[in-house]
Amino acid sequence: MNKPIRTISIFCLLLFLALMVNATWLQYWKSESYDKDGRNRRVIEAAYSRERGAILVGSKPIAESEPSDDQYDFLRTYPEPFKYANVTGYFSFYDQTGIERSENDVLSGDDDVLFVNKLVDLLSNKSGKGGNVVLTLDPDAQTAAFDALSDLPVDADSGVVQAAVVAIEPSTGRILAMASLPTYDPNKLASHDFSAVKADYDRLQGDPNEPLLNRAIQTTLPPGSTFKLVTASAAIESGKYSYDSEVPGGTTYQLPQTSDSSGEIDNEGRECGSDKISFSQAMENSCNTTFAQLGVELGADALLEQAEKFGFNQHYLDDIGPQAISKFPKDANEPQAGQSAIGQYDVQASPLQMAMVAAGIANQGVVMKPYLVDSIQSPELETLRQTEPEELDRAISSETADQVTQLMVDTVDSGTAAPGGIAGVKVAGKTGTAQSGIDSVPPYAWFVSFAPAQDPEVAVAVVIQKAGIDRGEIAGGTWGGPIAKAVMEAVIK
Amino acid sequence: MSQQQGFVMGFVHRRRRGAELFLLVLALAVGIGAYAAVGVGVEGEVPPDIVGYGAGLAALAIAAHVVVRIVAPYADPVLLPVVTALNGLGLAVIHRLDLVYADNPLKPHGLPHKQLTWMTLGVILFIATLVVLRDHRVLTRFTYTSGLGAIVLLLLPLVPGIGDTINGAKIWISVGPFSFQPGEVAKVLLVIAFAGYLVLHRDALALAGRRVAGIDLPRGRDLGPILVMWLISLGILVFQRDLGSSLLFFGLFLVMLYVATERAGWLVVGSLLFLGGALMAYRLFGHVQTRVNIWLDPFHYFNNQNGPDSGQLVESLFGMAWGGLIGRGFGGGSPERVPFAESDFIISAIGEELGLTGVIAVILCYGLIVERALRAALICRDGFGKLLATGLAAVFALQVFVVIGGVTRLIPLTGLTTPFLSYGGSSLVANWVIAALLLRITDQARRPVPDLSSLESDDNADDQATQIVKLGGMSRP
Repeated sequence: MNKPIRTISIFCLLLFLALMVNATWLQYWKSESYDKDGRNRRVIEAAYSRERGAILVGSKPIAESEPSDDQYDFLRTYPEPFKYANVTGYFSFYDQTGIERSENDVLSGDDDVLFVNKLVDLLSNKSGKGGNVVLTLDPDAQTAAFDALSDLPVDADSGVVQAAVVAIEPSTGRILAMASLPTYDPNKLASHDFSAVKADYDRLQGDPNEPLLNRAIQTTLPPGSTFKLVTASAAIESGKYSYDSEVPGGTTYQLPQTSDSSGEIDNEGRECGSDKISFSQAMENSCNTTFAQLGVELGADALLEQAEKFGFNQHYLDDIGPQAISKFPKDANEPQAGQSAIGQYDVQASPLQMAMVAAGIANQGVVMKPYLVDSIQSPELETLRQTEPEELDRAISSETADQVTQLMVDTVDSGTAAPGGIAGVKVAGKTGTAQSGIDSVPPYAWFVSFAPAQDPEVAVAVVIQKAGIDRGEIAGGTWGGPIAKAVMEAVIK
Repeated sequence: MSQQQGFVMGFVHRRRRGAELFLLVLALAVGIGAYAAVGVGVEGEVPPDIVGYGAGLAALAIAAHVVVRIVAPYADPVLLPVVTALNGLGLAVIHRLDLVYADNPLKPHGLPHKQLTWMTLGVILFIATLVVLRDHRVLTRFTYTSGLGAIVLLLLPLVPGIGDTINGAKIWISVGPFSFQPGEVAKVLLVIAFAGYLVLHRDALALAGRRVAGIDLPRGRDLGPILVMWLISLGILVFQRDLGSSLLFFGLFLVMLYVATERAGWLVVGSLLFLGGALMAYRLFGHVQTRVNIWLDPFHYFNNQNGPDSGQLVESLFGMAWGGLIGRGFGGGSPERVPFAESDFIISAIGEELGLTGVIAVILCYGLIVERALRAALICRDGFGKLLATGLAAVFALQVFVVIGGVTRLIPLTGLTTPFLSYGGSSLVANWVIAALLLRITDQARRPVPDLSSLESDDNADDQATQIVKLGGMSRP
């Protein structure tokens, strides 16, 4: 009987092998996808009963977990909810956004960077605490940005302000400020009263003003005249123009291949000469006729190449999402190139993108990859991972950068960007007023700048999408300039 | 036959009782350590009764060891420690679940205490079996009694008044405050009955029948027993709605038939019968269809409001995935989310809190038991012992495969207990008896062949020698 017993032994061995392989498949290979299943309440409940790491600005938490004595051990709280909501995002029973989502592995303590801590917790049988995320934000700059946006008069119809500010350290790409209005209170979404959370979430979702949107990175609008910085950069890079050159001017310019008034570009009354004018006059007065002609002359491809070097048509922000891709149209024809050169037609930019244009010019032509997470700390506050600045692209030569900077300084000193000027500091700036393309929607007001011009510490982009401002006051940096100024002052001090 | 073989080889097994004692200490460390870990993990402190608990567990294990030392000195040294470790781990996991069940009025209470009582009873029966049954061949006397007993036990749950339907399966009987799963005992009796029957009739069953496609098919009239067994299995499936037991009994019978007759043809016929029966059951019975559908796509039926709900299986999968490689640690997971985590789904609780490491360790422990049992079957000198050991190994392997495979979604879920781990008195007691039987067979198999020449001259011949003479005569047909 021994032969069949041996056969049965092999059969049993196969049964047990099948069990072990299947268990490994389930607990090792499939484990992650099961853990990510939205119906798996273990994961979310564990997150609620564990001390989640803090999100820090400087040494101050803007999101932290506090002990709670209800059904879960910890409650997520946001000490300055409105100012930082667009950055932190929220941590609710149903969903997470912002840094709470992108750095979830660190905050929850699951990241491999915290392996040693996990091991120690395991051995000492403590329930693991998550790691901290230290942001690059400068609390003064963020406060200045948020306060300045909050001081804007509200739009009469909607009762809100829709606006955003981004500030970047040009030499590194550190994001110093990222503010967005309207905002919301993430504390309400982190509550353990789940029916109230659901109600508040539904209200925020249904709000036509989209308070959950982080306008600083998730909204793209036509950049208008601020895009002339890219056009000027391309013009000087081409070698045909320099700071001292004369450029085409004129009160009106008829785009090639057009004959009617929709193809006619004017300067809304600003002084732009009749034939040739100086480059600095064209920039100071934001001459549409000049830059449209430069665009046609340089061609759509040159503009596209220059725009992409600054970050258009690219994804570059990994620390928080989703980043809206800023667009410069491909395969534009001549008249479209002319319109694109003044930031209209199909050009779309996020506030972050325009801040990167300013920062690239400020940083001698090198665009740094923007980042928001400065470092990851263990629960014991030792630094586990430090973000190193990274070069995204060289957009322009340093000579070109110097000349464009000079044009921008002129624009602040004696041009349209004067409201952004700071006494005793050389500021480089550019205004923008972008047509929304819809009659009932007023234009968007842009302002980009950096300071100090010779040794830049901060580059800022401001956009006011909707506020209680008369159409006539939107242009000229009247409202955007002071906001940018406040943020720059907060950084330079 | 094989007695002579042992003679010729002249190989004498060592007793290895010291090894057993050492392994037993390790096994106790697993059980008591797990109990302490549960206290630390769930309540934040080593349980105050750890000394008493540990002493109790150790006393049971040492008592079993001492009895083995006296009455079965040549028994396999690995089986008792493995069984003790599994039982200890099971107690700790049940204790852990009981702590979290305490707040929930819908969940059972006082499980660890009851389980410890059952374990004590199990060890007492283990000892009794070893003491009373000095030679496993005595059991051949009870071939038909066992068979009849098994059938009566299997039918009991269908008797109105004492039969009890729990979770849709009619496999329980209740007498007063005691509820009992007679199928667990029946499976031991069935192994004894099969072994006794087959060792007598193996020659008749092995007679060459027709040879089809290289396989010797059995004669038509020899199909009788296999058909009877097939009908009993189907009956269990139909009337008791117990998929697991039905599969277990039929599989067990097939394996033993194959080993007894050495003819693969029986496996072919049996497998076809099983497949036919399974297919028929799938067509005819909604509960079988539901099980299969849930197996194929558990997430489709998750939180299903109208109709079958796969919540138990999906929560088990989530739990085991959540445990990952090293587990969440006792108290770190939520095994209570899985209904019946203390019985059929105890592997999912282990997977969640002790991780893949713990699950593999448990599977290996079971594998070790099966391996030792099959080894005993190989070296056993008598046909009945071989069949008995193979049958017990097969019961074990099949049961472990069916229940762990079901919980981890390798095969459709069928209700069976996890031997030694699951909460449940009948299962635990029956498995301790199985362990005792295996020890007895290994003791017989490993014991040196007595010197028959000295039998007449020595008046004080130990009774093992006497028994062999006596039983040798009896086992002749």
